[in-house]
Amino acid sequence: MTVFWTSILKPTEAGTEHAWQSHEVDEAEWTQVAEALGGETAVLLGLWGDTGTIRMAVLDEATNEIAVLALACPNGSYPSVGQHHAAAQRLERAARDLFGLTPRDCPDERPWLDHGRWSLRRPLGAATPDAGEGDAYGFLPVEGEGLHQVPVGPVHAGIIEPGHFRFTGNGEAVVRLEERLGYVHKGIEGLMAGKNLGEAARLAARTSGDSTVAYGLALARAAEDALGADVPERAVWQRALMAELERLANHLGDFGAVCNDAAFALMHAHCGVLRERVLRASDAAFGHRLMRDLIVPGGVAVDLSGEGIAAIQSMLAEIRQRFPALVNLYDNTASLQDRTVSTGRLDPALAKRFGAGGFVGRASGRSFDARHALGYPPYDRLSFEVPVLDAGDVDARVWIRIREAEQSLSLIEQILSKMPQGAVFTELKAVSSPCDGLALVEGFRGDILVWLRIGSDGLIERCHMRDPSWFQWPLLEAVIEGNIIADFPLCNKSFNCSYSGHDL
Amino acid sequence: MRKLLLESLITPTLTEAPPTVDEAAMIELAETLGKQARQSLGRSLSIREVDAGSCNGCELEIHALNNAFYDIDRFGLRFVASPRHADVLMVTGPVTKNMREALKRTYDATPAPKWVVAVGDCALDGGCFAGSYAVVGGVSEVIPVDLHIPGCPPPPVKILAGMLALLQGGKAAS
Repeated sequence: MTVFWTSILKPTEAGTEHAWQSHEVDEAEWTQVAEALGGETAVLLGLWGDTGTIRMAVLDEATNEIAVLALACPNGSYPSVGQHHAAAQRLERAARDLFGLTPRDCPDERPWLDHGRWSLRRPLGAATPDAGEGDAYGFLPVEGEGLHQVPVGPVHAGIIEPGHFRFTGNGEAVVRLEERLGYVHKGIEGLMAGKNLGEAARLAARTSGDSTVAYGLALARAAEDALGADVPERAVWQRALMAELERLANHLGDFGAVCNDAAFALMHAHCGVLRERVLRASDAAFGHRLMRDLIVPGGVAVDLSGEGIAAIQSMLAEIRQRFPALVNLYDNTASLQDRTVSTGRLDPALAKRFGAGGFVGRASGRSFDARHALGYPPYDRLSFEVPVLDAGDVDARVWIRIREAEQSLSLIEQILSKMPQGAVFTELKAVSSPCDGLALVEGFRGDILVWLRIGSDGLIERCHMRDPSWFQWPLLEAVIEGNIIADFPLCNKSFNCSYSGHDL
Repeated sequence: MRKLLLESLITPTLTEAPPTVDEAAMIELAETLGKQARQSLGRSLSIREVDAGSCNGCELEIHALNNAFYDIDRFGLRFVASPRHADVLMVTGPVTKNMREALKRTYDATPAPKWVVAVGDCALDGGCFAGSYAVVGGVSEVIPVDLHIPGCPPPPVKILAGMLALLQGGKAAS
């Protein structure tokens, strides 16, 4: 089977050192790939700037092959991908804000991450000083009789991250939601430059707090890919153990929180207890409740002890005993189902077009799961199912979480029984010439992409991290349309997109 | 659901004994509150949480304070939806430049007397994000901070110990 870009790109003598392809392309090839995106098998994985270069990562879903295209932009501009493929628009706006690379004919010319408050324009490109007094943002115009607007945020009513939502309503029904993000932009990609791998891993682990393991894993795998390094077997298995514990904790928390947003606090209380059990077991096993900074390039920072295994096993036993009753309760409570079923429906065609990952994609018929599709170790030696539903509503996103939590329980048991003995860390060898690395890792929210370049001094030259939320946030705008404002918290929680991972 | 509710009635409670008040926090509070003897607000505090740029790690642990193990409500501490209802702003994260104004306005919207608790290592001095073009720094760069609870993120029991110190410190200073 050939990948979709075979007919577009000139054949290159691609090296065999990577599991992904790297292509230097010209503008014509770039545009043809852009036009192919959103087609039968072509998925956009990411688009990011670099000094004088724009890059795009694409996936062929038929073969699960990945290619990174690099287009030199000597004049600081390139043909917009977003004009052909809407999922690229916010990525292009972000790349322009950071690097000053202009997408020609991009349908949306507004800034995205840059709110005019950095005292600096194009901070990662040809930076110029700026007053930093803030720009007015041009929200999309709305016209019509009886419409009203409800602005929400950036500071929200709950204990959540900041972002701005602008609802346009007609009576109770939402006719448009427009998101404005970027409030928690910390300049992580700028900070990455010039850091050693250890410092870079610490930054990656602080990109999105609920996915600290997944980000740590993605950065470590990308760095090891760049350096051609192998990690000790035991470390590979322990990383997967942490990743599944993180997924389990988050799915349990979300399950309760979605029900809580439907005013069903009982589920929230019970799920809160189970989530706490997972965090305490993680703490007992690895010394940190969220397992932050434990995955490092070269392996893991601590070795799992016998007591740690016992703590995880007793947690598993408790969840196995208590979780089914909660699932039954969800399934049999009509008042709860009344809120979740048919609410916030995401059309499968839209999920496919945007390449939505995680429970958002899988509740709308898109089965992609990086653990399964790419089979990175040790998942190639584990047996698990990827649940997929077509309904696309809040209810389906809850069920995907329930099924995935069950799969994670099974995966944790398999990992504990199969984990080999041995070392958990190996020093990575130094490099003599610059090298690129890429990793796609399945976090609880979806696939996280990390692409990095390590210089000949062993320091990070450029590191781009793409959160799954980039392809989920825009879909939330589509999903809420026609729903009532009161159901927005429910829809929003069922998506549970990351602000910090997106804003970076 | 009936079975689950009945079970909850007969099974022992999960809620744990309160942590001992954080001594370091008490000392810090004695200094800040001593400077300006603020009137104690009684035994109950309403908290408004503001994420000013955090990675969301601190929020997860602040959320956990509401679970059955920590049950923060039993101390008269509760999270409220508006700064206008709040006695305490609990602020996380390095303050980003894009959030500076929102944080300042949230502080201004909180009626006096008010306290600010900064949670997490980033909230002290920006943590590993200090020096970025997009980051102002710690919370105290923007609004006055009364108490800082360190950690990355601090576990719920540490946050609880800090808040209890605030309750007791508040009384001591009045």
